[in-house]
Amino acid sequence: MTKFTKLLATAAVAVGLALPAVAQEDPFQIGYVYVGPVGDYGWTWTHDQGRQAVEAAYGDRVETVYAENVPEGADAERVMTQMILGGADMILTTSFGYREATENVARQFPDVHFEHATGYLDDNSPSNVAVYSARFYEGRAVMGHIAGHMTESNIVGYIASYPIPEVIRGINSAFIHARQVNPDVEFRVVWAYTWFDPAVEADAAQALLDAGADVILQHTDSTAPMTVLAAAGAYGFGQASDMIQFAPAPRISSIMDQWGDYYVRRVGEAMDGTWAQSNTWEGIADGMVGIGEMTDAIPAEVRASATALRDAIAAGTYQPFTGPINRQDGSVWLAAGETADDLTLATLRFYVEGLTGDIPN
Amino acid sequence: MIDPITLITALIATSTPILLAAIGELVVEKSGVLNLGVEGMMIIGAVCGFMVAVGTGSPWLGFVAGMAGATALSLVFAFLTQVLLSNQVATGLALTLFGLGLAALLGEPYAGIIPPPTSDVFPQAMHAIPVIGPILLSHDIIIYLSVALVAATWFVLKHTRVGLILRAVGENHDAAHALGYKVVRIRVLAIMFGGACAGLGGAYLSLVRVPSWTEGMTVGAGWIALAIVVFASWKPWRALIGAYLFGGIAALQLRLQAAEIGVPVALLDASPYLVTIIVLVVISSDRSRAALNAPAALGRVFHATS
Repeated sequence: MTKFTKLLATAAVAVGLALPAVAQEDPFQIGYVYVGPVGDYGWTWTHDQGRQAVEAAYGDRVETVYAENVPEGADAERVMTQMILGGADMILTTSFGYREATENVARQFPDVHFEHATGYLDDNSPSNVAVYSARFYEGRAVMGHIAGHMTESNIVGYIASYPIPEVIRGINSAFIHARQVNPDVEFRVVWAYTWFDPAVEADAAQALLDAGADVILQHTDSTAPMTVLAAAGAYGFGQASDMIQFAPAPRISSIMDQWGDYYVRRVGEAMDGTWAQSNTWEGIADGMVGIGEMTDAIPAEVRASATALRDAIAAGTYQPFTGPINRQDGSVWLAAGETADDLTLATLRFYVEGLTGDIPN
Repeated sequence: MIDPITLITALIATSTPILLAAIGELVVEKSGVLNLGVEGMMIIGAVCGFMVAVGTGSPWLGFVAGMAGATALSLVFAFLTQVLLSNQVATGLALTLFGLGLAALLGEPYAGIIPPPTSDVFPQAMHAIPVIGPILLSHDIIIYLSVALVAATWFVLKHTRVGLILRAVGENHDAAHALGYKVVRIRVLAIMFGGACAGLGGAYLSLVRVPSWTEGMTVGAGWIALAIVVFASWKPWRALIGAYLFGGIAALQLRLQAAEIGVPVALLDASPYLVTIIVLVVISSDRSRAALNAPAALGRVFHATS
């Protein structure tokens, strides 16, 4: 399969790069590398919204190209190189798995700016690579709060993608805040081992419903679980995009990725020469994480308390990982009042106390 | 613990798109044609079925449209390979690429729409019958149709003259031609049947199983269908077993996780493929080609010399 998607991706790049050749007065060119299709209505779709925001903000001064379904690995290097040879001044790679490819290409083209989503920097990272991500766990806290209130079976399902820190952080954050409002709540986590496979995601949702869950959170990109929840009368939350077409139920709120402001800011800096390497991790306060409208399916007092939680996180008066929190094995992670630092969160690989499953290796 | 009844119910729904595509491809391969474009035909079936079902409000018209769309695509393959005598492997791969791209283009305005629901055959009250209610009586007509299709394919291939001719064409097209059978015509019909089945499987995916349209939503189902044909050693009932095995393991491993039973997920995920490899090794260890049961003329270009 990868070979064919690669061919597709290459063809898409070739077509995409053929267009800018006719443009006048050399606009600033930006190339986006996407891991999925822009029509996934999830992760990649939100990045493409960001790309469109850049076009809207700068008009004729910029030109953007993108390649969809680019496999993580060596193929991504070829796609990036081709974009740069076609004139790209800035490259944005929007998946964790592009890290190595991004750094390799960045070393070859020191004059090109690179932005890598959900990545990290170390001592060997070239100075023309910046990384950025969103504090999705802040949004997960609000979703967990609502889920804890809404479940009647006291079983909340969670469709997880891969066992990486970002996903584990989300599970922990949602669980902590569900337990805060409902001491009897339990989480059932299913690892789908994919970011995007509508059929598998739908099956996972069905398996969780069959296991007794009546509220389901997802950390995969398609809307397929929503349709299963709709048929079963259960509740869920929009992921990455608002998924508003499933409101007022099963989608009772959502956690949205909003990259537009960041992209506009960084492209502007690159154009006026002030761009510098940075490690950006923004949350609700900066607008990178959005909480979608809470529908009438949620009782008014829960909507109020969830909104208060969101506002406290945005104001910086509350951090979702505030002690006392124990690890799953009962050992102390955070003492009362202590908050987790960014490095710990970025490398988080364990469940907190109360979660019952095991994290696969 | 895991409820075996919901597991079996889920397994059947999970397997049906793959089963439909596999049974179509089985007939195509029995006629001596290797069409690797199953994935492309499935996704065209998925998008055509979805568009028509949403446009008309009728899932049944959607299923028909899915079959028609994929059949039209299979005719492209038939024209290239049977008339222009192109390489079947390359043409099939190209068909998959073309199908994926075209489906993405056609389906763009349909992302995030919910299709009209497909009704079940038996009334809701009958679903409540213990055990057989959910397992046997709770499905939509396509599921019953898929099993009937397996039976019909088995019967036609094994017990009818039509099946005999189809197999003759697949085993030795020169001999069949010498006997006066229209090799190209028979193969084109087989390819169309394969297209219709793949299209129905795709439409089932987008209208019942997921149900919504998402770009690239087949995610390799067509390739699994191709593997099942080999796994089944070109026998219809074995294709049914193979498809249910694939679907069963997929449904089981998700339930094992949801029930928090500690099993290595990756191993279970890989197990259908491991089983396929083992079956292939076992059946191909016999030296005689007959044991493998592959149609002798599979993938070979037929050029009528007289």
